[in-house]
Amino acid sequence: MVEYVPILIFLGVATLFPVATLVIARLLRPSVYNKTKLEAYECGVPPSGEARARYPVRFYIIAVLFVVFDVETIFLFPWAVKFKALGVFGFIEMLVFLGILLVGFAYAWKKGALEWV
Amino acid sequence: MTPAAVVFYILASLALLSAVMVIWSRNVVHSAIYLVLTFLCVAGVYIVLRAEFVAAVQVLVYAGGIVVLFLFVIMLVNLAGTLGPRVRVHATVSAIVGCAAVALLLYVSASGGLDTDFGARIDLSAQGGNLQAVGWALYSDYLLPFEIASLLLLVAMIGAIVLARQKY
Repeated sequence: MVEYVPILIFLGVATLFPVATLVIARLLRPSVYNKTKLEAYECGVPPSGEARARYPVRFYIIAVLFVVFDVETIFLFPWAVKFKALGVFGFIEMLVFLGILLVGFAYAWKKGALEWV
Repeated sequence: MTPAAVVFYILASLALLSAVMVIWSRNVVHSAIYLVLTFLCVAGVYIVLRAEFVAAVQVLVYAGGIVVLFLFVIMLVNLAGTLGPRVRVHATVSAIVGCAAVALLLYVSASGGLDTDFGARIDLSAQGGNLQAVGWALYSDYLLPFEIASLLLLVAMIGAIVLARQKY
């Protein structure tokens, strides 16, 4: 547990710094507001509509694929550190695991889920 | 109270508080952000319990991937006009679930099943540390669940593509 004390200190500093900055800024800055100042800052055209517009469902496929391969990579870590001890059996085991996921990857590729346009 | 216990109670109460804020906040995106805080606190609890690998996975998969997935779902659906009362709960169902959870907790703590030393007696240094121990257990004793996990991921992947495809 003692080895996590630096992380705790880091967390404390990381939390205090923005809070302190915002508090000091609030005390120092003049607070004069007008319509233009409260508008969303955007370069070029004036902003229109809400920020929470609906997005195409394609983003969801990308997110799911990201999570799936994220989990796959995480399974590789404990396997890699025990690679020698697990031997050939462990290697085949991981090949089966990756093979099953490769089926999904091939399916995604074939269905054109990875193509954007 | 040991330092581990102090850290545990801080993290656990912060996790509960942010979990309450997930269902309490009116803005769905704020709910997702509170969910990140919950996941991070749970990751901290895992570290207190000496499960470093699980903590890292918690941050990478849950606070990273799963919340991104939630945010995408929030952005997919039309949420305008769905902000009703703060918490919409079915009173009977929540009463049953709440009572069951309290009963379970009381039963476990009464039967002495709670680990009050927060994993202090767990020593994995003989196996070369937490990650090595997880690796050995996962790829020898829990081989079948590991391979089934890949099928589960495959189903998730194909399911998402089938649901979101545009051409039939």
